[in-house]
Amino acid sequence: MHNENLFFQAFIYLAAAVLSVPISKRLGLGSVLGYLIAGVIIGPFGLHFVGQEGEDVMHFAEFGVVMMLFLVGLELQPSLLWRLRLPILGLGGLQVVVTSLLVAAIALLFGLSWQMALSVGMILAMSSTAIVLQTLNEKGLTKTEAGQSAFSVLLFQDIAVIPILAFLPLLAMKGNAVSLLASQVMMAAEPAAEGSALPPWQQALLVMSVVGGIIVGGRFLVRPVFRIIAATRLREIFTATALLLVIGIALAMQAVGLSPALGTFVAGVVLADNEYRHEIESDIEPFKGLLLGLFFISVGASVNFNLLLQQPLLILGLVLGLAIAKFVVLAALGWFFKLELSQSLLFAFALAQGGEFAFVLFSFATQSNVLTSAVAAPLIAVVALSMVLTPLLMIFYEKVVQPRFAAAIEDREPDEIDDNENPVIIAGFGRFGQIVGRLLLANGCQITVLDHSPAQIELLRRFEWKVFYGDASRLDLLHAAGAERARLLVVAIDEREKVLEVVELARKHFPHLKILARATDRRHAYELIRHGVDVIRRETFGSALDMGVDALKLLGVRSNRAYRAAQIFKRHDEEALRDVALMEGDDKVVIARSRQLARDLEQLLQTDEREMPQDTDRAWDISALRKDVI
Amino acid sequence: MGVSNRILILFAHPALEKSWVNRQLLQGIQGIDAITVHDLYEQYPNLHIDVKFEQNLLLNHDIIVFQHPFYWYSSPAILKEWQDLVLELGFAYGHGGTALRGKKFLSAITTGGSEQAYCRQGHNFFTIRELLAPFEQTARLCGMDYLPPFVIQGTHELRHSDQIGKHVNDYRTALIALRDDTIDWEQIQQHKHLNHKLEQLIKTPEISHHAQ
Repeated sequence: MHNENLFFQAFIYLAAAVLSVPISKRLGLGSVLGYLIAGVIIGPFGLHFVGQEGEDVMHFAEFGVVMMLFLVGLELQPSLLWRLRLPILGLGGLQVVVTSLLVAAIALLFGLSWQMALSVGMILAMSSTAIVLQTLNEKGLTKTEAGQSAFSVLLFQDIAVIPILAFLPLLAMKGNAVSLLASQVMMAAEPAAEGSALPPWQQALLVMSVVGGIIVGGRFLVRPVFRIIAATRLREIFTATALLLVIGIALAMQAVGLSPALGTFVAGVVLADNEYRHEIESDIEPFKGLLLGLFFISVGASVNFNLLLQQPLLILGLVLGLAIAKFVVLAALGWFFKLELSQSLLFAFALAQGGEFAFVLFSFATQSNVLTSAVAAPLIAVVALSMVLTPLLMIFYEKVVQPRFAAAIEDREPDEIDDNENPVIIAGFGRFGQIVGRLLLANGCQITVLDHSPAQIELLRRFEWKVFYGDASRLDLLHAAGAERARLLVVAIDEREKVLEVVELARKHFPHLKILARATDRRHAYELIRHGVDVIRRETFGSALDMGVDALKLLGVRSNRAYRAAQIFKRHDEEALRDVALMEGDDKVVIARSRQLARDLEQLLQTDEREMPQDTDRAWDISALRKDVI
Repeated sequence: MGVSNRILILFAHPALEKSWVNRQLLQGIQGIDAITVHDLYEQYPNLHIDVKFEQNLLLNHDIIVFQHPFYWYSSPAILKEWQDLVLELGFAYGHGGTALRGKKFLSAITTGGSEQAYCRQGHNFFTIRELLAPFEQTARLCGMDYLPPFVIQGTHELRHSDQIGKHVNDYRTALIALRDDTIDWEQIQQHKHLNHKLEQLIKTPEISHHAQ
C-alpha cells in the first residue's frame, strides 16, 4: 500500500513537471516558473494531489541545491574562486548586512519588537540559490559580470546561514540585553546544542579538520578511487561513487554543523581539474536536475493561498515591498562595486527574492520562540511568492530593460572564465588522437580531450595533458565537454562502431559541429561518408602512402616524381572512395567499378609522366616543334 | 694549386630522369673536390624548403650556381620558391643583409631553342642575357658578382654523347677554373656567355706562376 502511494506521488510530480515545463519553456517563461506553476496546480490550493507531506518532499529535494553547488564548484577553478574573494566577502557581506538592517527597519515600522525585526531582516536577506542559478544558467548569463556577482553573493549567504542559525536563539532571550561578546561565544557553541557537546575550540578544530579533509581527500584520494572504479567499466558503479561522494560530504558537513551546500561546493572546486570531472558532472547532473525540479514544485505547492486570499493586500504589498527593498540595496551595491548599469540591474533583478533558507530559518525561529507563527506564516507565503516572482522579473529584465543596453552588451569582452569552451573536442586520445591534438596545441588551439581508458589517462596526466575520463558516445558527456559551443569534433576512437555512434549522436544533437572522423579501413570510411561526415581520414592510409614513396625512391625514382605520383594516387583514391561509398547495388557492381577505377589510375599516372617536361626542354622553346604547332 | 673557392650548385630539374643533357652535366662534375651539388627537387619533393639549412649552405660557399633548364624564360618553380624563402630580408639584402656580399653568382642553363631563337629576329625576341636580367639584378641586390652565364642551347638537337661531350667538358673546366681562381677575372666581364671562347679566359698554371 505504501509503495503504491509512493509510486502515485512520483507519478503526480513527474506528470506535473513533464506537462508544465515544456509549455512554460515554449512560452518563453523558463523551466523554473514551469515547475513552480506545476507545484501550485498539484498543491493543496490546486488539485489537492499534494498535501502537508509536500514539506517533507521539499526538505528532501533541497538536496538538489547541494548537488547544484557541487556542480558549480566543479566548473570553478580554484584560481577563479580566489579572484572572486573580494565580491564574495565585500559584495556578499554588505548585501547581507545592509539588507538585514533595511528589512529590520521596515519591520520595526510594522510594530515588531527589535528582536523579531532583526531576525526577520536576516532571514529575508537570503536569496534563492536554486532559482537564481538555475535561471541564470538557462539564460546563459552565469558568466556575465552580473552572474558572477550574483553567484558571489549567494555563496556568501550560504556561509552566513550558519552564524545566523546560531544567532537566532539569542534573540529569544526576552528582556535581557544581549551583549555582542556573549553572542559571539554562543555562536561558536551553537552547533553543540544540536547534538555533540564539545567545547568551542574542539568544535572549531573539528570543523577545520573536516574541511581540510575534504580538500586533501579531493586532491589525493578521489583520483585513485575513481581510477579503480572506472577500470571496472560499470557505469552505474561510477554513478554510485559520484553520488556517494556528494552525499558523504553533505553528511560530514552536517555532522560538524556546516552547510552541506558549502561543503560540496568546496569539494567541487577541489575536483575542478580532475580528469574525471566531466564524467562526474554528467552523472550527477540528472539527479540535480530532477531534485531541483522537485524542489521548485514543492515550493510552488507550499504557497499558502489561504493567507493570500485572507489578506491579499498585505501579502502582495509585502512581496512587492521585499522585492523593492532588496532590489534597491542590490542596485546600490552594484553601483558601488562599479558594475555597468545594465549588469547592476541584472544583478539586482536576479537576487530580489527570498530564498529557500528562509523556510528553514523561519521554522527554526518559530521553534526557538523568536518569532510567533502569526508573524512567520505570512512571511513564508511572501517568500514563496517572491520566488515565483523571480522568473517573471527576469523576463521583464530580458524583454524591457536589456534591450535598452543591447549595444553595450554586445561590446562585452569575451569570457576568459570557462575552460570548458574550447573550440575543439577530441574524442579518443590514443595513437591517432594524440597526433591531431599535439599539432593543434602546438598551434595554440585549445582542445578538450576525452578518453575512456583509465590507464591511458593516468599516463597522459603524468605528461601534464588535460585529458578527461569519459565515453564520448554518451550525449551527456558531450554536453559536459562543451559540444554546444565547440566548433570541431575530432572522433579518433579506435573502435569502429563507437566512431559511428559518436558521429550519429553529434550530427543529431550538435548539427553545427564539423566532424572529423578516423576510419579504420575502407568499409568503415564508406559508412562514414554515408553518414555525411565532413572530414574522413583512414588511419593507415597516410603512412602507407609515405612508405610507398620511400619504396619508389629506393628503387631509383626521383623523389619529386615519387611525391607527385603519391599525390595523384591519393587524390584518385579519395575520389574513388566517395564514388563507391555512394554507390548502391551489390558486390558485383562495386567490384566492377573498383576494377575500372584501378585502370583509370594507371592511365592517370602514365599521363602525368607524359606531361612532365619532355626530354630536354619544353616544346615551346623548340623551333621544330613550334612550326608543327603553328 | 689549392682550392680557392667553394662552389655550391643549386640544381633544379623536375624530371631529371628525362633530361639527358643535365644528367650528363651533373655526371661530369661528380665527386670534384669543393663542389657541392644540391638537387633541390630531390631534397624538397613537396617544395617545403628548409630555409636555415639553405642559408647555412650559402654561407659555406663562395660561388653560387643556379643550374637548371630555362623554362618559360626563367627557372623551374622550386628555384623561384627557393629565392622567395631563402633570400630573406636581413640575410641576403636590406638592413644587415650582408651574408652573400662578395660571393659570385653563375647561371648555368640549358635551353631547347637554338642561339638564333634568342635574338631580335628569333621567335624569343630577347637575348639570353636580357632574359636573365632578373637573376643578374637579384645577384646585384645581394651584393654578389654576376658572372656571364654558362648556356647550352638547342639541347633537343644534342642526341649523341660526342655532341654533348664538349659541353660537359666545358662545364667541368669552367667550374674548376672558378674554384681554383685560374680564371681571368678581368677578362670575364667582357664575355657574353662564360662558355664562349672559354679557353681564352683560363690562365694556365705556368702563366699564373710567372705572374706571381
